[in-house]
Amino acid sequence: MSGYVSAQLSILCLNIIIAYAIFLPAATGQLNLGAGGFAIIGGYIGAWLNSGFDGLGWSMMASIPVAAIATAAIAFLLSFPILRTRGVYMVLATFAFAEVVSGIVLNLEVVGGAAGFPVDSHADLKILAPITLGVVVFCSLLLSTRFGLAMRSVHDDENVATLFGINVRWVRVAAFTLGGLIGGLYGALYGHLYNYIEVQNWNVLFNIYVLLYVLLGGTQTPLGPLVGALFFTLVPELLRALGEAVNSELIADARFALFGVLIVLMMVFRPEGLITRTLLERILGRKAGAEVANNA
Amino acid sequence: MSNTVLSLDNVGKSFGGLSVIKDVSFSVENGTRTALIGPNGAGKTTLFNLISGVYPLDTGRVHLQGRDISTQPAHKRCHYGLSRSFQNIRLMPHLSTVENVILGQHSQSSLAGLLFPVGIGRNRAVRAAEQALANAGLDTYPGQIVADLPYGVQKRIEVVRALMAKPQLLLLDEPAAGLNASETDALLALLQQISDSGVTLLVVEHDMHFVSRLCEQVVVLNFGEKIFHGTPEAAQKEPAVLEAYLGTDHVA
Repeated sequence: MSGYVSAQLSILCLNIIIAYAIFLPAATGQLNLGAGGFAIIGGYIGAWLNSGFDGLGWSMMASIPVAAIATAAIAFLLSFPILRTRGVYMVLATFAFAEVVSGIVLNLEVVGGAAGFPVDSHADLKILAPITLGVVVFCSLLLSTRFGLAMRSVHDDENVATLFGINVRWVRVAAFTLGGLIGGLYGALYGHLYNYIEVQNWNVLFNIYVLLYVLLGGTQTPLGPLVGALFFTLVPELLRALGEAVNSELIADARFALFGVLIVLMMVFRPEGLITRTLLERILGRKAGAEVANNA
Repeated sequence: MSNTVLSLDNVGKSFGGLSVIKDVSFSVENGTRTALIGPNGAGKTTLFNLISGVYPLDTGRVHLQGRDISTQPAHKRCHYGLSRSFQNIRLMPHLSTVENVILGQHSQSSLAGLLFPVGIGRNRAVRAAEQALANAGLDTYPGQIVADLPYGVQKRIEVVRALMAKPQLLLLDEPAAGLNASETDALLALLQQISDSGVTLLVVEHDMHFVSRLCEQVVVLNFGEKIFHGTPEAAQKEPAVLEAYLGTDHVA
């Protein structure tokens, strides 16, 4: 595997993981524009735990999970004020959270401030790929449980969900906290992949992109963020490859414009995301459903 | 336990300066079928929302099977044997038929049950939901997204979902509204079957013919006040009820 391919696959793995961090709250109807906040917290805790010179010098087998859990704990505490807000105000509150975290770390000299922070241990694709698979499987299984059903019910109609005994607030807090866990995992893995982190990696554009992975991929099924992250990571690279293959300066120069057109087309033709329940029904469900009905 | 399932004592509710429910008291006996009727805007749905906890009470108390549930949050009330359907269909549009019915069992499940994947091995929750749909004569296939189903079928799925909470008291908000004659007959048969299994029914309904076929008791509301409680036959002869529905000029 060439260095380019393994670098792109590592980025893809990271993008898939952070997409699921935002997907879990989105599946309960919460739009979270604060992906960068989770990433910074997880990234810096992981870096500090691992670094032998400035930090504690832990092995990355300890620093990565502990960073994820610590981020989840912070997300849990933050969820109470943030989940008091609704709709566009929640988007603003989560965005503000990410900006506050970024502002604090940028001015914190102990973690290097704007100069960034080194990470000792290196996590390559061999570590990233199985963790990514684990995150996808975990989220898919979670969504297929009755707790997942409760999450999706809260997304559809929280008043009715309440009347059937679902504690809407706790479902939302749990989804936000699990999102924090996965977001922290992403941040720690990012640091261990590049052996160096700085706050500028997780700017406003990053937050918007991650939310787009999820919204354009689709929030109805656990496949949505996977497809969204694949699309956003691979299509710009494929357009670049296309430009090189046909030796066209135009395609190479205009690839981000083309990519933008593709995004607009997706929003026009698949407003609920690329992958919807109905689409999956059409591909798989009808057949499986008919079989079950015949057996009954 | 007394024979009363639901009792309302001097229940009142205002929105801003508008008093929507005024001092309403009545009780519903175990196993009976009671209709809650009244002209548009009489407060029928508001009363349902007060009983099920969508709105907090301003005044009065609500008792369910002798327990005071007045201050219980809405998500706890189904644990006391209360379940309901809605005037406008409120099935979860992105869930399948079976998933919607499974949602009705939420209050019946343990934490471990909540964390077990439903899709694997068609577990008890799935089988119970399929059985309940079959018992109600709904032969849709399980993966069907509810938004694609006919109106009458969706209405009955709502009743099945409400029933999955194993309620002692089932509140139905205009279950027959918008149904054609054969759909109404299918619904009536389903409700009769539910009532025979011992569940108490409290039904908001405009169709008096439907009410007199199903219910043995009628509570009439007008402008938020209870004006009558008795049999459907007596209600149709009661001057106050006729006046509420038809206006004073028509009362001979």
